[in-house]
Amino acid sequence: MANEDGLSRRRLINWLLSLGSGSLLGVLLYPIIRYVTPADQPEAAVGTAVVGPLRDFPPGSGKVVRFGDRPAIVVRLTGGELRAFSAVCTHLGCTVQYRKDLELIWCPCHNGRFDLTGRNVAGPPPRPLEAFEVAVRGDQVVVSRRA
Amino acid sequence: MRPGAVIVAMVLLVAGTAPVRGEDSCVQCHKELPDPLGAPVAGMQRDVHATVGLSCADCHGGDPKDPGMSAMDAAKGFVGKPERGRIPEFCGRCHADEGYMRRFNPRLPVDQLATYWTSVHGQRLRQGDTAVATCVSCHGVHGILPASDASSPVYKMNVPETCGRCHADAQYMAAYHIPTNQLAQYQRSIHGQTLLVGRDPAAPACNDCHGNHGAFPPGARSVAAVCGQCHAFNKDLFLASPHHAAFDRLGLPECVTCHGNHLVVQTSDEMLGVGATAVCVSCHAPGSAGYAAAERMRLAVDRLKDAVAAAERTVARAAAAGMEVSDAEAALQSAREDLVKTRTQVHAFDPASLVKMADAGVQTATAAAHAGEEALVELRNRRWMALIPLSLIALVGALLYLKVRELS
Amino acid sequence: MTAAIGAWLDDRLRVRAVRDFLAHKLVPVERSIWYYFGGVSLFLFGVQVATGILLLLYYRPAPDSAFESVRFIMGHVRFGWLVRSVHAWAANLMIAGVFTHFFSVFFLKAYRPPREVTWLTGCGLLGCTLAFGFSGYLLPWNQLAFFATKVGTDIVGEVPVVGPALRFVLRGGENVGGATLTRFFGFHVALLPLATTLLLLVHLALVQLHGMSEPQGGRRRPVRHMPFYPHFVLREALVWLAVLGVLVVLATFFPWELGEKADPFASAPSGIRPEWYFTFMSQTFKYVPARLFGLEGEQVAILGFAAIFALLVLVPFLDRRAARGEPSPLVTAGGVLLLGFMVVMTLLAYLKPY
Repeated sequence: MANEDGLSRRRLINWLLSLGSGSLLGVLLYPIIRYVTPADQPEAAVGTAVVGPLRDFPPGSGKVVRFGDRPAIVVRLTGGELRAFSAVCTHLGCTVQYRKDLELIWCPCHNGRFDLTGRNVAGPPPRPLEAFEVAVRGDQVVVSRRA
Repeated sequence: MRPGAVIVAMVLLVAGTAPVRGEDSCVQCHKELPDPLGAPVAGMQRDVHATVGLSCADCHGGDPKDPGMSAMDAAKGFVGKPERGRIPEFCGRCHADEGYMRRFNPRLPVDQLATYWTSVHGQRLRQGDTAVATCVSCHGVHGILPASDASSPVYKMNVPETCGRCHADAQYMAAYHIPTNQLAQYQRSIHGQTLLVGRDPAAPACNDCHGNHGAFPPGARSVAAVCGQCHAFNKDLFLASPHHAAFDRLGLPECVTCHGNHLVVQTSDEMLGVGATAVCVSCHAPGSAGYAAAERMRLAVDRLKDAVAAAERTVARAAAAGMEVSDAEAALQSAREDLVKTRTQVHAFDPASLVKMADAGVQTATAAAHAGEEALVELRNRRWMALIPLSLIALVGALLYLKVRELS
Repeated sequence: MTAAIGAWLDDRLRVRAVRDFLAHKLVPVERSIWYYFGGVSLFLFGVQVATGILLLLYYRPAPDSAFESVRFIMGHVRFGWLVRSVHAWAANLMIAGVFTHFFSVFFLKAYRPPREVTWLTGCGLLGCTLAFGFSGYLLPWNQLAFFATKVGTDIVGEVPVVGPALRFVLRGGENVGGATLTRFFGFHVALLPLATTLLLLVHLALVQLHGMSEPQGGRRRPVRHMPFYPHFVLREALVWLAVLGVLVVLATFFPWELGEKADPFASAPSGIRPEWYFTFMSQTFKYVPARLFGLEGEQVAILGFAAIFALLVLVPFLDRRAARGEPSPLVTAGGVLLLGFMVVMTLLAYLKPY
């Protein structure tokens, strides 16, 4: 009698152990499978970022875009050439913008002005804007940090 | 004595004291003399005029090849030390002559003399007051350095002290009946602190508001234009605001009315509104439209400030807990800029536009706070979710323990 | 069915021989808690390999992208936060485990003949583990890691004669920079895993060959044993499960921080010090006088540590008494002193940072 109890108890423990270990294995494998599957944003936006299609940047315009965790400004000259700079004003860090009427980059906080080569030409900013590389791949505009 | 012998003796005497080839006679004699006659020689060694090959005779006239006292002959163009009232013209002989200056520095302006005559200093000098500043008062005389040289008295960061040499001297300025506390006030101001302590050349010195050679206090109606050289947005908003016409009518000096002139302190939200330290209530009595507007604007700014502060706290908490919050921080940066823009918008003195801007900023700040909150919620969720593997581990562990017990 | 598969495998891989061997292997019961730390270290190494390979799927080893890629893993990869935190915590636990294993083997004198080679490979594994820790710490490219690596490689430069050359090779240049990162990455994911695997294979094979060392004499009554399989294996599994549980708790409730991106031009953060497993060394340098015996203080300290490490590596050959089966209190005392010194120095580094 005792033996049979022991036997069924053993079988129960073994069965539970298999079930438990299997579940544990599943619980460990689930995060790994999710991890390995690429998410919506498949890679870190680092030295390079795709900022939009070329038609979003008509000649004679400028637009502020997100580059990593800081804003960047992409300017398209009337001749069609693309230029990109850090949009963080070198004075106190406000985000600059493109002024079509002035044809230069302007900071609304203290009227700092940068020409279209990023050089600080008027107002309080003490240094030029950091220049980035910009290229067109297919029809997408890509901004990247200078090496 | 035979005249021939005298002439020969003199020639020999002169030959004996002939200057060394290359050095002019002015320097040769004066360097042996005690001060004040000898001092210019040492000073000129650093002088910017000397570096372009000019020397004593180019300003003072005379003959630098003549080793004797006859060098200083009016017939040879000797002018000597000009009297104070004639100093501007003395310097202007060259510095107002474009054709001459072009040979040395074509980019240097040649309008200093003309501008000087429009200044308070120039006008008073013409009336015979020789106590006012002339060229040498600010630029020095023998040992003049370009303004870009950090040792020059007119180097940006030295300008306040240079102006203060007279304007902060109560005894010297006694006859003029104008204040002499400007330098002291400026040094305590945000402009002074930024320039002199922070060594930031973007801050204004005396000449940025008063002019250099045309030094003159700006009139009450041009204050905004002067401040607006840097604070352009504030100027634009002010000029379009109801305060512009009102201040001009009352003869109030625009920006200076609220911000002061030399003691411009760092602005704070306390200046706005109806509180004890607010500037609005110095004109607007309780119950007036202006009073209500001031109150409304202050409340809007405070709302935005509080929203940004709350968002910062939340995002910081999430970041400290190890959560990834770079997106929230980017939104927070946007909200901070909105706060700067809203505070600038105060100068339109238009509650409606300000409240609209502040509320838009509050939305951005709230979005950032939301992102931070989400991160914190995610953190909490992870901790609860950890119970699943932990309970399975405990279960399997307990079963293994039973098995071990069973075997031994 | 299973019997058929078993027969097929046995014909090709001699699986049964391995099973029989394991079934007969015996483990002493007494003081057996210390016998688990080798397995704990092995388990943690396995965790590191698995989480390390997962991290490799997203990590980028360049100054421009390393920090951002780790941040990406923590914020945007599903369960990336978990993988990264587990990897960081398991690294620390593994080093603690390896040290515990090392000292327990030392105090139990398990290095006695015929286990000298096991001891030697074990010392090599300790070195590999510490090298893993040092090289891996730099990979996230944050402020703390950057400056800790600078300080650490500076110390290497203090070694007499070969120090500067060694530091140059370690850093991949004069200063810590992108070259250092690439190099450390190569060490961490290729060179060290290869060395560790080879040493481990020898180490584990020898452990199987010689069996578990018996605790040393003095006792007249016979030592009880238990079969390796299934008794010890089950206990081992239990311990491994507990370690896994600890890892889950640590990773979830105390996630590993990322800090700020390394900025070589900023001044070093105050209170900079290497990771805890190296602090006993950096703390010693603080107390050593500037000059000693005609050499610079740091050089003397490094030589001192090198000498102690050499003694430890050679202890199976030096401890004649243990080789004969007699107690060797002198060696034990030396070990106690060393352990005490390391613990005190580490505590001081945290209680009195300046």
